[in-house]
Amino acid sequence: MNGAPAVSVIDLNGEIDVYTSPKVKETLSELIDKGHYSIVINLENVRYIDSTGLGVLIGGLKRVREHSGTVHLVCTNPQIKKIFDITGLAKIFGIYDSEKAACDNL
Amino acid sequence: MRQSVSRPERGDDPRPAIVELRIPAVPEFVGVARLAAAGIATRLDFSIEDIEDLKLAVAEACNCCIQNGGTGDVHITCEVHRDRIVIVVERSGALEPVRATSEDAELGGLGVFLIRALMDDVTYVADPPSGTKLTLVKHLGK
Repeated sequence: MNGAPAVSVIDLNGEIDVYTSPKVKETLSELIDKGHYSIVINLENVRYIDSTGLGVLIGGLKRVREHSGTVHLVCTNPQIKKIFDITGLAKIFGIYDSEKAACDNL
Repeated sequence: MRQSVSRPERGDDPRPAIVELRIPAVPEFVGVARLAAAGIATRLDFSIEDIEDLKLAVAEACNCCIQNGGTGDVHITCEVHRDRIVIVVERSGALEPVRATSEDAELGGLGVFLIRALMDDVTYVADPPSGTKLTLVKHLGK
């Protein structure tokens, strides 16, 4: 055991685009470096995400999967859900309507 | 006295309304292009969903121009027709070596995939010696 909590939650808000996604990547990487491999990313307050944001989430998922971990997303914004559907990422990530559901299913 | 105010009819005018924007090829300014595209699309009675699609497509086109490399700014030209909007996003100059062949560049990754999924017609040209050009078309009510 490394002392890491069972589930780590990252709350994101605003716009995740080519300008802001490096900061998200840094936060996610720090968490994974510290041994957190079961991660919930709450996108409820995110109003926009582009391919660079998606790339950061995919990169995080790949890294935690190397440690048998996973990333669940909380997303209720229909436009953002649509982007996950179009790209097929809805099948790769667990996407939930509430943080509780996302945590309970990890 | 009755007055009615109607939207100017551009359909009979062979010349579309043109809005041009030039942004530095850096991530900080992509949001400006995105919001400008949304503002222009609003003039055309696009649905909220279509406007969101346009915002994302224009931002992805700008990202593509930045990532492909080149010299100078990203130019965005919006042609506002009565029934559609045509947005050209381009940057001149030689592409980054990593995109050295047009085939590599035009695969374009997730961003270009999204543009193709969200717009009605897309032309993407990534020419290693001369630059990147994307033409996005979205029809009203399609």
